[in-house]
Amino acid sequence: MRPALRILAPGLLTTAQDLGRVGYQRLGIPVGGALDPVSLRAANALVGNAPGAGALEVAYMGPTFAIEADDARLSFVGAAAAIDVLADAAATSGQRIDVMRSIRLRRGQVVRIGSLTDGAVLYIAVEGGFDIPPVLGSVSTYIRGGFGGWQGRALVAGDEIPLCRASASNHEDRRLEGLDLAPPKRFRAIAGPQDNYFSEREIAAFFGSEYTIGGSDRMGMRLSGRQLDHARGYNIISDGIAPGSIQVPGNGQPIVLLADRQTTGGYPKIATVVSADLPALGRLRVGAKIGFEPVTHEAALDLRRKYLAEIDCIENRIVPIRRDEQDVTAMLLAHNLISGVVDANARARPDFLSPNQSEACPWRRTGAA
Amino acid sequence: MGDYTVLQAGDTALVVEFGASVDQRLSARVLALARRLDEACLDGLVETVPTFRSLMVHYDPLVLPLAALVACVERAMRSLPIAEDVGRQWRLPACYDPRVAPDLDHVALRTGLSPAQVIERHSSVPYHVYMLGFLPGQPYLGDLPAELALARRETPRARIPAGSLAIAGTMTCIFPLETPCGWHLVGRSPIALWQRGTVGGALLAPGDKVSFEPVSLREYERLAAKAHEGTLRIEPEGIATEAAA
Repeated sequence: MRPALRILAPGLLTTAQDLGRVGYQRLGIPVGGALDPVSLRAANALVGNAPGAGALEVAYMGPTFAIEADDARLSFVGAAAAIDVLADAAATSGQRIDVMRSIRLRRGQVVRIGSLTDGAVLYIAVEGGFDIPPVLGSVSTYIRGGFGGWQGRALVAGDEIPLCRASASNHEDRRLEGLDLAPPKRFRAIAGPQDNYFSEREIAAFFGSEYTIGGSDRMGMRLSGRQLDHARGYNIISDGIAPGSIQVPGNGQPIVLLADRQTTGGYPKIATVVSADLPALGRLRVGAKIGFEPVTHEAALDLRRKYLAEIDCIENRIVPIRRDEQDVTAMLLAHNLISGVVDANARARPDFLSPNQSEACPWRRTGAA
Repeated sequence: MGDYTVLQAGDTALVVEFGASVDQRLSARVLALARRLDEACLDGLVETVPTFRSLMVHYDPLVLPLAALVACVERAMRSLPIAEDVGRQWRLPACYDPRVAPDLDHVALRTGLSPAQVIERHSSVPYHVYMLGFLPGQPYLGDLPAELALARRETPRARIPAGSLAIAGTMTCIFPLETPCGWHLVGRSPIALWQRGTVGGALLAPGDKVSFEPVSLREYERLAAKAHEGTLRIEPEGIATEAAA
């Protein structure tokens, strides 16, 4: 039998995502990819995958799925959520585990993820990766175009998402220490490209106001707050859209464009969130309050350097789950579960991160920032 | 080589803007600059996205500093050719039968033309592919004969079928996928503009020239069936040459 995760309940919007489909915007194809690439990278790092390997992105409400492999190592990184490991689909209670860790699970065990509480997205990576064919170089799901990811759509009950590995390595499980996913107080943004469509007073009002996220999807988030008046109308000749573009349509309420943003658009863009702040933007929930702070290009570059340095040291934040913690896990699993226990005594195998193993799925890419 | 403006779109993209109108001469310069920058294979240049009158350049500012990119743009602008081959010529079948053209009568009424005249005008001119956008492979084709220019529908439709041939403003368009749409539907084309998930999945490219060959509903259905099977092959008729200045 092909190793897989069998989806019992899909959650609100669970999709396969990686670092996006770069290079096809001139054909009208959005970049897409994880709303929060930092959490995606960290989830992959926990299970020894390449940083840009495809993972499942969970939005707001998590899925329930069963392990259909000898065993599999999964990791969960992103918003806090109630994650329960059940002995099988019939079990009503199981072991509650934390996010920000990996865990080895055996055939038949069921993972049930409830509502996310302090963020919009959570990533589930699996050691060795999901065996999903890339489309135009990426496994990101582009729902509107109906391609990429798992059959071009969000997961539904009954889906069996194939895994590259039939069993987990004997490496011990690991957790992340001190990865800061808290959003900045104010999101840094560079004015433009169409700030000349607004008076100085309106630009100052935009940067001085607090906005509430009124609605959000993978394309963008609608903000509500101080209505912005256009000085020169609200239609421009459609031009390109950058990640983090803040466009202001006729009603004067800004829209911040996210991963699945359209490639071109015809509303003036008052400012653009800097690249370093985009992952935090992708984490925000509907109802969150945000503001924007104007920065120069040079300041944005400093932030970008720090951001890339932070990404580079994700690996350093990973620590083995301590023996006593693991023993507790093993004990709980042995108590709660019919089949098998976590192999708490297994030691890290030297080949855990070897190139051979990372070739298990040849399509996996080392993603760019 | 004339005026252009460089606008910042955050720290990883900039816009090179050539003017403030939808104009094929500006479009030709946008496309020529895109080609120059793409051919230069600059480290740190991620991708270029041509639009009606500007080029968006996505880049990594820590590999290709802003000032260096702007200098590359300046250099390219100095040697931008006056005329060059900017695309292929296509003749695409289009069915204007009222059964697949729900707005044809309305367009005729609004423009004071007969439905036959609307069809004649729409299929009489070659269109320039200004850009692809909105949906994968979706071309913005212009310029529509002035007498056919209409504002969009007041109430957009929630769904139009893939292949819908539509007009709005000075543009005409074939919508490659089912989508909500506020344009006026004047026909249907059997040509798949977008092959899901194939490299080069878009049939058309910015700079191509497209004209429409009216076909009967019966012929449309025959071609659409072939397109559905994947056996309909359409080839460009030649290379278009466009004056860029």
